[in-house]
Amino acid sequence: MSAGMALVANGFRGFARYLGGVMGADAYAKYLEHHRAAGHQEPPLTEREFWRDRTDRQDTNPQGRCC
Amino acid sequence: MAGVPDQRKNGSRAEGGLATDPDLPPPSVDKARLEAEERRWTPAKIALWAAIALLGGVAWFMLAIVRGETVNAIWFVFASVCTYLIGYRFYSKVIERYITRPDDRRATPAEYKADGKDYVRTDRNVLFGHHFAAIAGAGPLVGPIIAAQMGYLPGTIWIILGVVLAGAVQDYLVMFFSMRRGGRSLGQMAREELGVIGGTAALIATLLIMVIIVAILALVVVNALGESPWGVFSVGMTIPIALFMGVYLRYLRPGKVMEVSIIGFVLLMAAIIGGGLVAQTEWGATVFHLDKVTIAWGLLIYGFIAAVLPVWLLLAPRDYLSTFMKIGVIVMLALAIIVVRPEVSVPAFSEFASRENGPVLSGALFPFLFVTIACGALSGFHALISSGTTPKLVEKERQTRYIGYGGMLMESFVAIMALVAAISIDRGLYFAMNAPAALTGGTVETAATWVNSLGLSGVNITPGLLSETAANVGEQSIVSRTGGAPTLAVGLAHIMQQFIGGTAMMAFWYHFAIMFEALFILTAVDAGTRVARFMLQDSIGNFVPKFKEASWRPGAWLCTAIMVAAWGAVLLMGVTDPLGGINTLFPLFGIANQLLAAIALAVCLAIVAKRGTFKYLWIVALPLSFAAVVTITASFQKIFSPVPAVGYFANNAAFSKALADGKKEFGTAKTVAAMEAVVRNTAIQGWLSVIFVVLTIIVIATAVLATVKAFRDKAAGRATTDNEDPAVPSRVFAPAGLVPTTAERELAAEWDRVPADVRLERAGH
Repeated sequence: MSAGMALVANGFRGFARYLGGVMGADAYAKYLEHHRAAGHQEPPLTEREFWRDRTDRQDTNPQGRCC
Repeated sequence: MAGVPDQRKNGSRAEGGLATDPDLPPPSVDKARLEAEERRWTPAKIALWAAIALLGGVAWFMLAIVRGETVNAIWFVFASVCTYLIGYRFYSKVIERYITRPDDRRATPAEYKADGKDYVRTDRNVLFGHHFAAIAGAGPLVGPIIAAQMGYLPGTIWIILGVVLAGAVQDYLVMFFSMRRGGRSLGQMAREELGVIGGTAALIATLLIMVIIVAILALVVVNALGESPWGVFSVGMTIPIALFMGVYLRYLRPGKVMEVSIIGFVLLMAAIIGGGLVAQTEWGATVFHLDKVTIAWGLLIYGFIAAVLPVWLLLAPRDYLSTFMKIGVIVMLALAIIVVRPEVSVPAFSEFASRENGPVLSGALFPFLFVTIACGALSGFHALISSGTTPKLVEKERQTRYIGYGGMLMESFVAIMALVAAISIDRGLYFAMNAPAALTGGTVETAATWVNSLGLSGVNITPGLLSETAANVGEQSIVSRTGGAPTLAVGLAHIMQQFIGGTAMMAFWYHFAIMFEALFILTAVDAGTRVARFMLQDSIGNFVPKFKEASWRPGAWLCTAIMVAAWGAVLLMGVTDPLGGINTLFPLFGIANQLLAAIALAVCLAIVAKRGTFKYLWIVALPLSFAAVVTITASFQKIFSPVPAVGYFANNAAFSKALADGKKEFGTAKTVAAMEAVVRNTAIQGWLSVIFVVLTIIVIATAVLATVKAFRDKAAGRATTDNEDPAVPSRVFAPAGLVPTTAERELAAEWDRVPADVRLERAGH
């Protein structure tokens, strides 16, 4: 029974992670990963700074949405 | 290998000379192994594809040949899904093998331009969902419903075959070529491949087309919300909800996207339920009962403010909501159709399939069916998404087939489901809802009398059914609720109430459907206005450099105002049109969208020719010529047809003559002012058609010239210029499709064993 529950919970978590990926919720995590991998010297943006920068850049670089 | 054309000579740069890191596992599955895997037909594989083909064949037989009283909706699901699977497995592989020829040894822009922000390698399944959410919107939910006037079969065939041979091909090719060019936009590719004239024509056409598309989407919302206090309240509430989410994400809990989306979703549901309660109160019914002109003005003012406000405050949070709803609704609709399996009583070909004076959409089946259903079969607008945004996120080249071609198949499936939802309602109800008020008279009695007078087989509607349906969905009236959205909402409510909640829930489901369509459309209106504003600023910037500065407020505001005024004028024209707005304007929407598709395919044609692939050029030429023939024929009929219901100028002349004769009313226009409005509207619509078609012919002509030149160059042995970014060896690997093959799994395991620091050694890009 509990194994079944764990399976459902896992499935749900996987789905939530997928949905989060589709909506771009993991953007900051991916940025940090890139920052580490690229070996930049300066510290990465904080989460707050990153999201601010992200939406502010969209102001001048809009993305289309389809019909 | 004798059948593989051209590829050795021209693809030389991709074929050899790309030195991948010898310390790493190969970034691409061995070519011979890939080939062998694809060619090996095990008995299980053969049985599977035979079963898919058989099921699809039976489903098509049930839809197209068997003529019973009704047909079950499940056959639409089988016919479409089996055809998509076959198209994806076989046709898109032909395109991959002979046209795109992806090479996983090459790094994608997400790898060689990685910045952690715009260029980010994204898991293929996540990117599939992301791309799908970006291309799917209200379009596939509207066109098929309007086209259902002709019966279900013409629309079904076009949606399914159109996507396999045209729509998905366009999306895939544009995405692939944009990826090879570092994620360049369609406009930039047009300029590079077609030269100044073709590129400029493509730019102007794109700008005009965006104006038309935004205007007509806005018209759909206005028609759905007019005289509906419940709808106005709940859709209006999305604005404060989005503002709250924006502030929450900016100041309270930055980055908690899922959390805020769930909060927003709960608030949205509360707004729908609250809308029902508010609409029942006397003050609510008075305050939120708005006529269409007022709503149109509201939308105009909203459109301007939304486009000048910062993205974080309104657009970004609403985009989250809209994506969340989109995926939820589509999954729900698919489940409901499979579980409920409604019976469809609409005939395969209706009485209007062979006429050109249908009440919902005027014009003959060819070409007007093919422009009415644009999104879902072939949508030029996708080329703007497939170039630019998605290519910057693709991890490996071979994944573009899954994301580009597969993503479009998914949108086509949405269109099929919308069609099923719309045709599962009573046919009399369909015509009473979708014909303009000038025909139905606007009341339940006149509408019932008019529908019954059409002489449609099996249609006998009573005024009682019309008022009962309106009461069930919580509206005062559903007569002449044109634009497709209300019909879809009634269809969805009809199906969903059998699934969850019964009749008591119908009103909720109806307004739920109106809400999500309005959300999609408002997002498209905002984003469309912004994109168009930047295009305009950029163009003016060529003459007045100051305009190129995106942060220069007066320029930004002025260009936003111009764009809003442009689509607002078309919107107001549609709302006040005595002929019924959506019925005259929707063809223009479809034509505009298909013309954009023709432009995108023309650019692809030139690129494919320059790559030296002539033998398989027909794969691009086929959808291009079809789109060109359909849209140019439709435009010509709209311009030159002597039938007033079809030709804009014929209508213009008829009304001008009536005015000159001193008539006080003519046709559906009951006053002199209305007659003057018709004269004005038809002139504008006519001239817009002329401009569109001229621009498109220029683009197609320049593309054909570029193709011929490429052919001559090749014949003469001259080198062709190629605008691709230089090839960079890849240092990553990921499987290409939904399910990894054995070879891909083995290679992925090999990569997993590589220590992270070795894999990512290429620092300081």
